[in-house]
Amino acid sequence: MSTPSPKGQLTRDEVAHLAHLSRLAVSDEELDLFAGQLAAVLDAVAQVGKADVADVAPTTHAVPMTNVMRPDVARPSLPRDVVLAGAPAAEDGRFRVPRILGEEA
Amino acid sequence: MTADITASSAADLSSALQSGELSSVDVTQAYLDRIAETDATIGAYLHVDAEAALAAAGAVDAARATGEELGPLAGVPLALKDVVVTEGVPTTSGSKILQGWRPPYDATLAARLKAAGTVLLGKTNMDEFAMGSSTENSAYQVTRNPWDTDRIPGGSSGGSSAAVAGGLAPWSIGTDTGGSIRQPAAVTGLVGHKPTYGSVSRYGLIAFSSSLDQAGPMTRTVLDAALLHEAIAGHDPLDSTSIDSPVPVLADAARRGAEGDLSGLKVGVVTELGGEGHADGYDAGVLARFAETVALLESLGAEVRQVSCPAFDLALPAYYLIAPSEASSNLARFDGVRYGVRVGDDGSRDLDEVMALTREQGFGPEVKRRIILGTYALSAGYYDAYYGQAQKVRTLITRDFTTAWDDVDVLVSPTSPTVAWSIGARVDDPIAMYAADLCTLPASLAGVPAISVPCGLSEGLPVGFQVMAPALADDRCYRVAAALEAAQDAARGHTFLAGMENTPS
Repeated sequence: MSTPSPKGQLTRDEVAHLAHLSRLAVSDEELDLFAGQLAAVLDAVAQVGKADVADVAPTTHAVPMTNVMRPDVARPSLPRDVVLAGAPAAEDGRFRVPRILGEEA
Repeated sequence: MTADITASSAADLSSALQSGELSSVDVTQAYLDRIAETDATIGAYLHVDAEAALAAAGAVDAARATGEELGPLAGVPLALKDVVVTEGVPTTSGSKILQGWRPPYDATLAARLKAAGTVLLGKTNMDEFAMGSSTENSAYQVTRNPWDTDRIPGGSSGGSSAAVAGGLAPWSIGTDTGGSIRQPAAVTGLVGHKPTYGSVSRYGLIAFSSSLDQAGPMTRTVLDAALLHEAIAGHDPLDSTSIDSPVPVLADAARRGAEGDLSGLKVGVVTELGGEGHADGYDAGVLARFAETVALLESLGAEVRQVSCPAFDLALPAYYLIAPSEASSNLARFDGVRYGVRVGDDGSRDLDEVMALTREQGFGPEVKRRIILGTYALSAGYYDAYYGQAQKVRTLITRDFTTAWDDVDVLVSPTSPTVAWSIGARVDDPIAMYAADLCTLPASLAGVPAISVPCGLSEGLPVGFQVMAPALADDRCYRVAAALEAAQDAARGHTFLAGMENTPS
């Protein structure tokens, strides 16, 4: 996102770029649909800019808690076979994943 | 009582089970029969396991027969929204990406309800990852409103609302991020409560927007909601945002409220939620029922005044930045590696491509829109203008609540601006869909408790009345809601749901 577009606008190319960043292989039809819909949504949410927020701190969480601690005691984890039973692919007691580097690597 | 089982309150079922008038197998079978008869029309459930439910019911009956001391919820059936992780029971969060997944553990609230002896009837339909207000974003099926099967049951907990309103479960658990318990409860004539943020464990709820998500009860009566809320509440070390304080006393608050005396209670009517100059988009019938209910509160002794909360006008834009931003991060875990579906892993593609294809085919359009919007709002160059600004608006909304609590004990509004709309009417218009959450969003953003209680009909469809209270004062919501419920039931001579005509069959 090198050049921010004017507020309230989201171009088809920007949607494609954001989809790529989000690991979504969107189709051309979806890009057409989303670009229009997201522009309308963005226009609506941009109203937050109307608020006078000088000296207002952001709220990240409704409950003001930080650094919640518990005793550092080891507990058993789920058995490996139980966890792998839910995996789309497993091999030799591990998750099997597609190659993570390109062919030429 | 058999004919009445599927119209009974959970509290009455509990009494009948404890006295031995009914067995859990009787009750469970009655609900399973009703599901078999009507769920092809209603579409409330994504998964029902009759055999497991009857086995659990039989175990409760056997334990009771030996004289074992069981809790009041033992043997009462229950439905869980499919966002709640349940060990060995399919859990999808309404998404194709989790199709076929059987979780290896229970959510804390599921474990607590199991330990209390409740009988799981099944998992209910929902908008995918709880993103929606009509349950039409489910990847699996449409759910219909039992009051009018051409209309939506609300959302995202629309399977839970339809199940309870239609007699397919005595009560259910929903989750509420921006109104997903309260709005479906309102449009199906139920009681639905969003607890104070942090008071019900989020451990094992499939996360949508972690700073907002809360689970809570969806029931036929206020007392039922209080009983179910007490059963799931309480500190959980597995959720770092869980509040470490005693479980609130809610059922007693509901019983006290039902006595009908609200003298001394100070009620604020929020101008920005349907009041003068802010009534655009609200049904006239909704506003009329709301005004009558405010008058009823006064007749019960409450002192009513108008309260202005100017920042509430910006709750909707703030929410639709914060929730998608958190969702874009939370949903990164669905990468086709450790659980759920994987697409395109044919040996020719690398991990990035497989991930993108898995997410393309696994997620529906609303989920994709929100991931893209959230990614945008969090990206460099936009963060301050969107996400950062929304978080500051969130502070302003909290301040409006804090200021209001100086003068009033509770704030009230309609729960949703309209009654249930026709299936399909808003699917292509995200902005129109989002407007259903207008009144529920402020309490979500501030983390305060809020309840929806039925307050009459408009166009023959249920209207909900919302009562909001300060953090950890959930008991006030129950007290006020119970007073309204008792007064309205007495005036009409029957419960609200008993007024449903053309019960689906």
